[in-house]
Amino acid sequence: MALSLTKEKLVEMYRKMLEIRFFEEKVFELYAQNLVPGTIHLYAGEEAVAVGVCSNLRKDDYITSTHRGHGHCIAKGAELKRVMAEILGKKTGYCKGKGGSMHIADFSIGMLGATAVVGGGIPIAVGAGLSIKLRDTDQVVACFFGEGASNQGTFHESINMAALWKLPVIFVCENNLYAMGTRQSRAMAIENVADRAIAYGIPGEVVDGNDVLAVYEVAWKAVERARKGEGPTLIECKTYRHKGHSRIDPAKYRPKEEVEEWLAKDPIKRFKERLLQTNALVEAEIQQIEKEVSAEIEEAVKFAMESPYPTPEEALEDVYA
Amino acid sequence: MRKVTYREALREALREEMRRDPTVFLLGEDIGRYWGGAFKVTEGLAEEFGDERVRDTPISESAIVGAAVGAAITGMRPVAEIMFGDLTALAMDQIANQAAKIHYMFGGQVKVPLVVRTPFGAGVNIAAHHSQSLEAWFMHVPGLYVAAPSTPYDAKGLLKTAIRGYNPVFFCEHKLLYPIEGEVPEEEYLIPFGVADVKREGADVTVVATLYMVHKALNAAEELGGEGISVEVVDPRTLTPLDKQVIINSVKKTGRMVIVSEDCKTAGVSAEIAAVVAEEAIDYLDAPIKRVAEPDTPIPFSPPLEQYVIPDEKAIIKAVKEVV
Ligand SMILES: Cc1ncc(C[n+]2csc(CCOP(=O)(O)OP(=O)(O)O)c2C)c(N)n1
Repeated sequence: MALSLTKEKLVEMYRKMLEIRFFEEKVFELYAQNLVPGTIHLYAGEEAVAVGVCSNLRKDDYITSTHRGHGHCIAKGAELKRVMAEILGKKTGYCKGKGGSMHIADFSIGMLGATAVVGGGIPIAVGAGLSIKLRDTDQVVACFFGEGASNQGTFHESINMAALWKLPVIFVCENNLYAMGTRQSRAMAIENVADRAIAYGIPGEVVDGNDVLAVYEVAWKAVERARKGEGPTLIECKTYRHKGHSRIDPAKYRPKEEVEEWLAKDPIKRFKERLLQTNALVEAEIQQIEKEVSAEIEEAVKFAMESPYPTPEEALEDVYA
Repeated sequence: MRKVTYREALREALREEMRRDPTVFLLGEDIGRYWGGAFKVTEGLAEEFGDERVRDTPISESAIVGAAVGAAITGMRPVAEIMFGDLTALAMDQIANQAAKIHYMFGGQVKVPLVVRTPFGAGVNIAAHHSQSLEAWFMHVPGLYVAAPSTPYDAKGLLKTAIRGYNPVFFCEHKLLYPIEGEVPEEEYLIPFGVADVKREGADVTVVATLYMVHKALNAAEELGGEGISVEVVDPRTLTPLDKQVIINSVKKTGRMVIVSEDCKTAGVSAEIAAVVAEEAIDYLDAPIKRVAEPDTPIPFSPPLEQYVIPDEKAIIKAVKEVV
């Protein structure tokens, strides 16, 4: 690839992807033990997207997120323990237990929040882009959403506006082929969401969303363009969620061969093979990273489990600022 | 009599009306053969009626309701499902500005026979974007009817009436009601709009309750009965039109009223019902009207927080004791 990344950067990216994977596996496990209230939408399988994009971002850059947002938080640098605590509904969570899995935000790292209204975050990213322009800084915004969300009016209205005003927004479509049980081909008459970019006069790129370096490179170009004031880009990452849509979904609508094909394209497995093949890392180093990440996750779970719930009356706080 | 769930009762209504009238069709996100609706209300209907009449849509709430409006004014009878009540916000223009106003604004030239079904309600820890009770938003729109059934029997009878009518109907359901069982006759019946139902007769206090709160009110009434307080539980069943007469008659009998509704208290369902009684029957009241409703907050995620804001039997009992 055109960009050469330092070993340090590659390790950081691999570590982030593992953090997301192990974190989601843990959430799934806790869910099965009835320790997670409500519902969960896991990011496992899509790690290369969040990490490939966020590895290009500075701490003061922004992201907006979705109902499937744990991975976005972690990739942007949120503390695992506070994400986990929020998912368990604890007072020490990022939103004091008010938000839960579908509504995590960490404004201290530019994570502007996850919305559970599909497509609801897209115009907010445009607003953050507008604010950057008005404040005349060189920050950028990465806006994550699914291919299902790209059928909302908000997607079209937002991209048009961002294009018109040349706002520093990177629209990142995480195309995992299904919106709940609806396969993409039953919800839109085109094959690539990125093709919609042409209608708004901005670049549209399709990328293998299970190849973190490919995502990194495409996002790098889009971030550069945005920072230079040249306007937004629409990136479509073709990927796949390993599990069902949410906790109750056995995902019977997906053919077995398709699932197997995508599991074989696991982004973490692929990145690991690449790192080993290019001698960027040796097996012992990989194992060391895995060990460290496992320990981090255990620590996050311990913190979350030991944290108190909010007191009931706290429900009345924070309604107004 | 046989018992069916609220979910099955709704499905029966849809099935019977689709068999009866070929212009009735359904549209919504994941309502078809691959999912059967997020709450499984439409499960099996695509298999019987085909994908054309049980139509999966893209995630496009505004266009779902808008398409229903367009179809309704050109000869069809669409029933749109919005997966969660909170998401009707995305379709608000089509519901409130288009569907509700077309008949009036165009001088009565055309009717808009459509139904928008959606579940409201908290209680399953899915937080601020999936738990609201927004019935009152729709009561504030002239030209819309608003149904809010609390039992399988009412759900079936009201949905059939909604589908056969000539006006846009906003049909409120509640997530926690879907699995509830109740008696539903085999033979066909319809329930007219604007007719409240006395779910339990009593002499001391009138409790007007809606949707899932009807069940909590009945539990509270049972408990209070044990303590010698006789509670009458009135379920309006449709919020627009509102059956003022049954409510007022009950208040005339008991002289006391508590209103229980899951939505936020300010400018909510309970505010309208209280205003009706204050305006038209205040002389019959022997105590101030009490309202049991959600405090004015978004719905929080964490279980202890969420439980705190949802009205419960304890709050209803307390309110009743304050007025007797
Ligand atoms: C406006 C809106 N409509 C419907 C839903 C219900 N819903 C939640 S996630 C989802 C599918 C979203 O698909 P996509 O945008 O592709 O994201 P993915 O879940 O595949 O990551 C739906 C329909 C919602 N939360 N918000």
